[in-house]
Amino acid sequence: MTPHLRENFRFQAASDQSLLVYFGEKISIETHRRIVRFLKLLEAKRLNALQNIHPAYCSVLVKFDALKFTHSEIESLLTPYLARLEDVKLSEPRVRKIPVCYGGEFGPDIVEVASLRKIAVEEVIRLHSSAEYTVYFLGFVPGFAYLGGLPEQLTTPRLDVPQKKVPAGSVAIGGGQTGVYPVSTPGGWRLIGQTPLKLFRPDAQEQSFLAIGDEVRFEPITKEKFAELAEA
Amino acid sequence: MGTLLVNKPGSLTTVQDLGRPGFGAMGISPSGAADPVSLRIGNRLVGNSENAAALEMTLLGGEFQFSEDALIAVTGSDFGATADGAGLALNAAASVRANQSVKFGPTKSGARCYLCVQGGITVPQLSGSRSTHLLSGLGGHEGRALKKGDILPIGDVSRSVRQRKISPKLWSELAPRKMLRVTEGPQWPNFSDSMKQRFLAQKYAITEEANRMGIRLQGDTLDMSLTGEMISEGVSLGAIQMPPSGQPIILFVEQQTTGGYPKIANVIAADLASVGQLRPRDEIRFELVTMEAARKLFLKQETILASSELIEE
Repeated sequence: MTPHLRENFRFQAASDQSLLVYFGEKISIETHRRIVRFLKLLEAKRLNALQNIHPAYCSVLVKFDALKFTHSEIESLLTPYLARLEDVKLSEPRVRKIPVCYGGEFGPDIVEVASLRKIAVEEVIRLHSSAEYTVYFLGFVPGFAYLGGLPEQLTTPRLDVPQKKVPAGSVAIGGGQTGVYPVSTPGGWRLIGQTPLKLFRPDAQEQSFLAIGDEVRFEPITKEKFAELAEA
Repeated sequence: MGTLLVNKPGSLTTVQDLGRPGFGAMGISPSGAADPVSLRIGNRLVGNSENAAALEMTLLGGEFQFSEDALIAVTGSDFGATADGAGLALNAAASVRANQSVKFGPTKSGARCYLCVQGGITVPQLSGSRSTHLLSGLGGHEGRALKKGDILPIGDVSRSVRQRKISPKLWSELAPRKMLRVTEGPQWPNFSDSMKQRFLAQKYAITEEANRMGIRLQGDTLDMSLTGEMISEGVSLGAIQMPPSGQPIILFVEQQTTGGYPKIANVIAADLASVGQLRPRDEIRFELVTMEAARKLFLKQETILASSELIEE
């Protein structure tokens, strides 16, 4: 590997059949774009050795057939892709709007988020709904988008004990991250609101409302509007 | 074409094959049989391809009827299987007649039992697999666990197979383990020496929260206050993540695809089928092995599974 690459990437075995490629150690739009470029290269020229790919903020986890390949062989196969990232051109992001009813029964943790950050609940809503977010990746559960761009004032630690059941559509904050739970699932983030949109439809042509690289905005709505949209 | 009728579904019965890899970037884990070793053995016993779909039962089995004579194999844990009251041996092919009642009861050993049938369960494929992904409602029979009255199609039988059973000697090498071998997880260096020692020395009990997504363990709490938070990243099958509670969670076949808790270790590929047989109150331990040792154990398991001596006529 060239010294240039060595500075920009780090390989780490995750299990006996998977490998993590780290593109950076901090969440940033630059790191995200390099990951999107990497995925585009893999799309254009498939690597049959890879059985599954999990992009995230700063890393991509690849699963491989451990009966046929070792970690170092996979590293050698990936290195030419990593060397060509700057050749890839990215298109303009698609903009997606997500209506959210903040607080109350829909966002039971918003009061605690406000008190942890020593700001008013209204300020939590204003900050969360005025920012522009980027879908850094889909992960955790089907259609769950991890969004970059959470205002620093809203950073709040995850729950010590994950909740056993978070309702579908919940909008949540975990550490410096925010996202929407598309399906009901256990979860360790703090719930600040809920969207009536179905972000994951197993029977639809486009199963996930959001895709990696999308730009997202949250629009505050009332309970009445929530009920109206939920019925639609 | 024959069918299988569900008279009683049992506590959680789903259609599973070897899973649907390749959708990690959408947040969808591969799903598939929780104990793929048992599924593969069952399919070999009835002359199917190893990836044919079968029924996976959990803790309490169901009652089923075939519309036509069928060759079946029951594998995995002992759920006291019978056909019209006569016992069905585990890990052996058996003929059942049309409309006989094939019944399963509560488990006498581990968490999961497989009912494989010659021709396989031929629900429609979704992206190349018939596996049910319960969390997302994808695949299998209508994306859900089976209910009373469900009727499932069975594939056409193209060839006859003699009665077969598993070699007891080779089976003993594949049998589920309670000492799970692990490799270092990606955040292993973030844990202190004393935390690593305690993790490897202590017994962990399986809690009631054990399902296809993950298995929560209960042991002496590790103090996670100094380990810090990390940026969410892709997590592999069998990852052992340590949330701030200090009680580990093993991520399983319907796992979350990414997560933000540090992973202290990862169950090796050869021991993942054993995880599928863990049930609440079982006690397990972890044994640390190198990547090279893990690879050898995986190759050895695959050699046994592919061996012609595994199946005795």
